[in-house]
Amino acid sequence: MSTSLDPVAFLTRTRRPGRVGVTDILSWLWLIGGTLAVLIPVAWAGLSSLKPEAEITRFPPTLLPRAAVQKTVTGFENPLSLWKVTVDGETREMAMVRRIGLKAQMVDPNEPGKPVSIDVKDISPVQQLTAATENYTDPLTKFDFLTFLKNSVFVTFVATILTLIVNALAAFALSKYRFRGDKAIFVLIISTLMIPLTVVMVPAYLVVVGVGLVDNLWGIIIPTIASPTGVFLLRQYMLTIPDELIEAARVDAASEFRIFWRIILPLTAPALAVLAIFSILWRWNDFLWPLIVLSSRENFTLQVGLNAFQGEFSVQWHYILAMTFLSLLPVTIVFFFLQKYITTGIAGTGMK
Amino acid sequence: MSTPRIATLADRTLDFVMRLVEAPINGFEWLFGRKRMPYLFLAPNLVLFGIFTFLPIAIAVGYAFTGGTELFVADRPFVGFDNFRQLLACEDYSSPGSCRESLFWTAIWNTLWFVGFNVAATLLVALVTALILNRAIAACGFFRAVFFYPVLLSPVVIGLIWKWFLDRNGLLNAFLQMLGVPPEIFLLDVGWSRFFVVVVSVWFHMGFYTLILLAGLQAIPKDLYEAAAIDAASPRRTLLRITLPLLGPNLLVVLILLMIRSVQIFDEAWVLTNGGGPGTANSFIVQYIYQMAFGSDLRLFGLASAASVLMGVVLLILTLIQLRLGRRMES
Amino acid sequence: MGELKLTGVNKAFGALTVLHDINLTIEDGKFVVFVGPSGCGKSTLLRIIAGLEDISAGGIEIGGRDVGRFSPAERRIAMVFQSYALYPHMSVRKNLAFGLENLKFKRSEIEARIQEAARMLAIEPYLDRKPRQLSGGQRQRVAIGRAIVRNPDIFLFDEPLSNLDAALRVQTRAEITRLHRELKTTMIYVTHDQVEAMTMADQIVVLNSGRIEQVGTPLELFDNPRNLFVAGFLGSPRMNMLKGTVTAIEDGSVAIDVGYRIALPAKLDPAGARIGQPVLAGIRPAHFTLSQEEGLPFIVQYHESLGTETYVYGTLDGQSEQIIIHQAGHFAPKAGGRLFLMPMPERLHVFDPDTGLALPRAVEEPRRVHEHA
Repeated sequence: MSTSLDPVAFLTRTRRPGRVGVTDILSWLWLIGGTLAVLIPVAWAGLSSLKPEAEITRFPPTLLPRAAVQKTVTGFENPLSLWKVTVDGETREMAMVRRIGLKAQMVDPNEPGKPVSIDVKDISPVQQLTAATENYTDPLTKFDFLTFLKNSVFVTFVATILTLIVNALAAFALSKYRFRGDKAIFVLIISTLMIPLTVVMVPAYLVVVGVGLVDNLWGIIIPTIASPTGVFLLRQYMLTIPDELIEAARVDAASEFRIFWRIILPLTAPALAVLAIFSILWRWNDFLWPLIVLSSRENFTLQVGLNAFQGEFSVQWHYILAMTFLSLLPVTIVFFFLQKYITTGIAGTGMK
Repeated sequence: MSTPRIATLADRTLDFVMRLVEAPINGFEWLFGRKRMPYLFLAPNLVLFGIFTFLPIAIAVGYAFTGGTELFVADRPFVGFDNFRQLLACEDYSSPGSCRESLFWTAIWNTLWFVGFNVAATLLVALVTALILNRAIAACGFFRAVFFYPVLLSPVVIGLIWKWFLDRNGLLNAFLQMLGVPPEIFLLDVGWSRFFVVVVSVWFHMGFYTLILLAGLQAIPKDLYEAAAIDAASPRRTLLRITLPLLGPNLLVVLILLMIRSVQIFDEAWVLTNGGGPGTANSFIVQYIYQMAFGSDLRLFGLASAASVLMGVVLLILTLIQLRLGRRMES
Repeated sequence: MGELKLTGVNKAFGALTVLHDINLTIEDGKFVVFVGPSGCGKSTLLRIIAGLEDISAGGIEIGGRDVGRFSPAERRIAMVFQSYALYPHMSVRKNLAFGLENLKFKRSEIEARIQEAARMLAIEPYLDRKPRQLSGGQRQRVAIGRAIVRNPDIFLFDEPLSNLDAALRVQTRAEITRLHRELKTTMIYVTHDQVEAMTMADQIVVLNSGRIEQVGTPLELFDNPRNLFVAGFLGSPRMNMLKGTVTAIEDGSVAIDVGYRIALPAKLDPAGARIGQPVLAGIRPAHFTLSQEEGLPFIVQYHESLGTETYVYGTLDGQSEQIIIHQAGHFAPKAGGRLFLMPMPERLHVFDPDTGLALPRAVEEPRRVHEHA
């Protein structure tokens, strides 16, 4: 038995039932630490997005969203904030009238009389848990967030449908027919996997300008519909569908398109689902290309809009975080339900 | 009860769509015959590929050899290798300030450093995580899912989340203060900001590579380990002589893939560092291309394309290596 | 209606020719079996008739119409595939309806035909199930049902029983034969199993390396194989072959010497043979008479008893070629023991070893044998 603290031993020993060694503890520490590292920044952003504007920049911050408790005190027009005041070792709740330098004017909310002056280091705010829903409702109602959201949903939905159909048609042709040039076309399509958008973005922009789709949602939908990843994925799957089914359909007087639509498409559903998930993620998260193509605010997608927001409201983190969280939510929900599908799909194809 | 109803509804919808579009397509079949149908099925894909992939590739080269600020290649004056000369003119490549395009060389050096650290860190973290998850640990599926979760998020969202986490009033500073360390504005410090760009990148992508490595580990036959155990191999020898050699091809593919993607770092770093800040500490090569072509009305399309072509060559070489490795892995 | 005529059909995949000049006429209402070893081109021929493969040269007529350029649907054929090729995502009912929907039949007509076919094949209880919920035999019947609802001029079967277990195969064989009697439609059936061919066919077409070797009723082919290939392919266990020469020609009989100084009489046409001609003499295992002292000396190696019959394996004395003999009932010769065999003269097949063709039979003899059919 080697020493348990050997890092190599720790990584390679398989677990034996009924024995908990140092290796297991270290493994669990790594996994739990990793889990915290993944979840804490996200959770922190989520919690912060519920904090009111006044609270969000408080340092040191509170973990949970809290807000000062307000109370209406007779004799004062506006509600006053409640504070815990410690005077002569005795603690009680008082309402703050105003604050002047290091002194605060406080009154007893129950017996309002003449305000007393108290040192600010003797007071601390009385707070309660809140959810600053206006962080969410304001962007939806006052800013263009809803437009961005609508654009993103439109782009994601339309692009995914078109991606599925266009690539499934091509994959059908490349998997179930023999024709002149079939192999050459397949190699040509697959070879474009090697050219990332970042390399051709300048000329691709020219083409989009040339076909008149600049600053247009279709300008970000159309150029990436034909996907070599999609063709490859679907073709490999369709190759596993027996040719006899297609022949049976031909004997059954089905046209070639009907074979595609009624036989091939339903049978390719698992691969189509994987491609649909990919496509939704690509489109929803896409940033650089929309950033280049879209120039007017009413056409921005969520990601471009978020980026623009953070430039404009550089200090209004409560809005930025709320919108960030809103755009992260759909992906999170989809992942929550389809987690197994997605991880196995991606592990199986080595693509994302 | 409701599932079949939804299925019927989907069926009806699909049927309806089919009837809408099938008449002209069947007309084509009637006119040209069954054998010509694959061409029709390929047409939409090939047209889109032609216009938006092959045409740009062809134009990219044209751009790189022309100057001016006109968008259309035909309107642009031919300048030969001027763009490349401008990019490559340099007294001392190790100090970007001495180069004519100092921004370009700053970006190259930043990218190289980033690639180096990011590849090493991601590979290490992903490998360790995959090895641990492969040890038949309880709740393996849960951890795999958690580590994978960031992969699905948008780079913009990740940039913003981390920006907030690292903020002057953020959680990290609060934690440091608890330990008695004075708060730091991490993203305005050259060293810290570079460090956190790598951290965020590892955080973002490690789940993907863990998944690939885990698949590779799980493909190693269990009886090899049993044989090694019977042969009294120490854990170190088992790792070095069995696990890593058998995982080798996967590791190489992950390495190349990681390099290809690291070279193209842009989105999350752009958001996190407010466009490459502080100064040009986090300005990378894609950002250089973007800014030359589209940023603040420079419209230096020729220079941007020349830089793209240079980067494309590097990526192409990496991809070809990856393909060759992939083929060797299959055989 | 369902008459099929192939004239000079050739099929080549690139440089490889898989069918050579196929000429065949099939009468309406016949059950025809294409049989041959794998790779002989029988499935390709069936697929050509179906319209799933193009022909490189030649013509196809169905019911007097030239269908060479027709799609499968226009040929009015239906096909049962080896894997059944049921659409896995559709219920049995939808599987049956699919072809009729494509041909734009009325809903009520489709429903009536499905009911009729389901009743005929006893698959009514499964109409709303998916194929994966059915057993192999049920799938098989659905596949046949899908062909029946189309009411085709010709049914095509491509090795439809090869995925069934032995017991089910016998049962389904009988069922298909019954269907043929009821429907009286032309059926073309491809198999590599000679038992299926012998038991089901009105007419057998034996194919080998892309050529038709012989066409005829099962017993015609069994009794009078035209060449060595057909003789060896049909009949189980296979026909024994003895090398010999023609030693004498008499009126209506030819004597063959296969060694051992015994002249084997064969009922051959004297005009078709000459003295001294080297020949191959073929005798099926069941066509020997055994005796204790006279005939070809046979050394027993071992025997297989199947209860109702016994096969004895051995060699002729001094030779290495294995000879199989068949005896009804129980029979237990000792290993190493010696028996004497005499082939039945009217059952002795004689072939020219160079051309592989059978020497012509004496004129009256085949006719007597024919009466079995």
